[in-house]
Amino acid sequence: MLGTIYALLFYVATLLLVAGLVRKIWVYARTPAPLKIPTTPAPTTLGGVVLRIFMEVVFFQSLFKSNKWIWALGWMFHMSMWLVLLRHVRYFQENIWWIVELAQPFGTYAGFTMLIGLAGLLARRFLVNRVRYISAPSDYLMLVLLLLIVVTGLSMRWVAHTDIVMVKSYMTGLLRFRIGELPGDFNLLAHLALVAVLMIVFPISKLLHVPGVFFSPSRNQVDNAREKRHLAPWAAELEK
Amino acid sequence: MADGDKAVPEREFPLKLPEFKCGAMEGLEPFRAAPEHNEALGFPGELVPDWKEKAIAYMGELARKNRAFQVYLDMCVKCGACTDKCHYYLGTGDPNNMPVARQDLLRSVYRRYYTFAGKYFPWLVGARDLTEDVLKEWYSYYHQCSECRRCSVFCPYGIDTAEITMAARDILDHVGIGMKYSNEIIGKVHKVGNNLGLPGKALKATLEDLEEDIEDDTGVSVRLPLDEKGADILLVTPSADFFAEPHIDGLIGYAKVFHETGASWTLSSYASEAANFGLFIGSYENMREVALRIRKAAEDLGVKRIVFGECGHAWRVAYSFLNTLAGPFDFLDQNYPIPQHILEYTWDAIQKGKLKFDKSKNDHYRLTYHDSCNVARASRMGDEPGGQFEIPRNVIKAVCNHFYDMPEETIREATLCCGGGGGLLTDDLMDLRIKGASPRMTALQQVTEDHGVTHMAAICAICKTQFSKVMPKYGYEMDSIVSVHQLVSNAIILTGQETEEDDADGAKAEEQP
Repeated sequence: MLGTIYALLFYVATLLLVAGLVRKIWVYARTPAPLKIPTTPAPTTLGGVVLRIFMEVVFFQSLFKSNKWIWALGWMFHMSMWLVLLRHVRYFQENIWWIVELAQPFGTYAGFTMLIGLAGLLARRFLVNRVRYISAPSDYLMLVLLLLIVVTGLSMRWVAHTDIVMVKSYMTGLLRFRIGELPGDFNLLAHLALVAVLMIVFPISKLLHVPGVFFSPSRNQVDNAREKRHLAPWAAELEK
Repeated sequence: MADGDKAVPEREFPLKLPEFKCGAMEGLEPFRAAPEHNEALGFPGELVPDWKEKAIAYMGELARKNRAFQVYLDMCVKCGACTDKCHYYLGTGDPNNMPVARQDLLRSVYRRYYTFAGKYFPWLVGARDLTEDVLKEWYSYYHQCSECRRCSVFCPYGIDTAEITMAARDILDHVGIGMKYSNEIIGKVHKVGNNLGLPGKALKATLEDLEEDIEDDTGVSVRLPLDEKGADILLVTPSADFFAEPHIDGLIGYAKVFHETGASWTLSSYASEAANFGLFIGSYENMREVALRIRKAAEDLGVKRIVFGECGHAWRVAYSFLNTLAGPFDFLDQNYPIPQHILEYTWDAIQKGKLKFDKSKNDHYRLTYHDSCNVARASRMGDEPGGQFEIPRNVIKAVCNHFYDMPEETIREATLCCGGGGGLLTDDLMDLRIKGASPRMTALQQVTEDHGVTHMAAICAICKTQFSKVMPKYGYEMDSIVSVHQLVSNAIILTGQETEEDDADGAKAEEQP
């Protein structure tokens, strides 16, 4: 019974996540940028732009220039999350990739740094009046949601173990559309439900910064306006 | 001031964060445009009856036509990185002048009508209905942004509040709420060819006067040609260069450089304006129409090159947009950048040894340099990224002995706006202009204390006008702001120019007849 409910939940969540993201990415890609607006100094080559975006996505370069506290907390949270996600890949595959094996020891502790990062960001929202002023309920709730996911996840590793072998066989089963049985532990069920919620709200929330960062014209445009004419299709119509 | 507080903000370095003054600048409004000024630009004269539907529909159209608008509205995570970066926030303490809060004035409405969360759970994501009060709020706070892009530098996603401000002003224009200063000026350009509405004849007379002045000064006949067909170079410069101080001294500088390099050049009475306020109101169509005048002038005069004078946003439109708006320029000489900045031209001539200087002529100045926002963050000079920072400084150092940069976090890409950009250079916003200038004035104060800096050079007509108005409020003389080409003009030794002694004797003789 539980297994079926969660299977449905995850199939729906996955569908909404993928369809929502594909739709948004399609819209972003299709919407023209009528003018050249890179924030300068900007790279003059495509390779340079790739490097610029790499520096933003991997090191949060602009945020580093801006505010060391937000950078430290945000970067710690995001990078820990990647490690944790990478570690979770083992629950979806029979033969575990070497990189996932490699991440295992770091991934288990990354949960704590992820927690610290999130808690710090949430504290900022309450304590810094500038940030409090710009925060809507959804901004707090998003952090709370992530915190709960981390806490329930950590509880399974450090407090009350769940039957992880059973979870793994359930998950690998889902990938083959075979619905098995889930352990009935509260922290596991809460963890999975919250992850599903996160997947569902992803494409309709500010989590759109994930695809969005690659489409930001001020970061992804090549500074070559004088050399190469840039013209949006709707602007070309004006010339007729 | 909107909050009745007339005091000039304190100047302490490093820049201090202000106390929150909620609503301090609420209700501050520049004069609204008269119906004829809106209509001349293709907008409704007055607030249209179905403004709500129109505004919402046009917002959707902008999201479809402009990726920046769409993506920036979606992806802000409210991290707060930008909150202390705006000079108007630093100067006023009004939280709605924090970049993200300014964006949210519009984002909240966009969410209400164009996002799932905002449609069904408005309270959750801070979405709100569009009302007449919201329009008023937009009109007020989107005219407290100078579109300087400083926030964009510090945003982890490069979200540029200028894009949101431009969109908001465009939406307001489309429902019949225009701003007098910008719309009236754009109308003048469409009609006469420049922001001042200065007709060709008056321009001709002004240029002739200047030629006489230069000859009196140097004994050399330096020309300022107008509408000369067959010239190689068309110079397009802000019309403030024709009459305002210190702009005009910059114009004299360009003329001397052209003269000394033996260039054949001309100004155009048809395109007698580099400024393009179409940018400020976010109107692609108006910006294009203004830009096309330059193309037409270049074609009619048969020039081979286009060079732009010292003007910040004009250089953004020229460097980043001219090719898009009015290109392709295949009829011009492809061996030169199209268009070229006068500083690129002058620096090139200096490097080739074509210009001779007596740097001591600028010894009465101890200088710093103000990077104008649009040049710094929205354009380039030269072949290398960052040339827009180095070339002006190189030229200044080539003609002056005493140069000191302001603190690093207030120059180059992190430069602070003068406080008058983006169409805010109007007397009805003087309170805002004074407060908005305070971060820059604070940084200037720092180099005055550390290095005895007396003057600040700039390459933007708006910066120059703004500073000559607000510097006296901060204890500097109004002529403490100078043009970069004014410094060039002071130091340049023209071929055949009278020697120092002749000059000094002559001056004495004139003073004491």
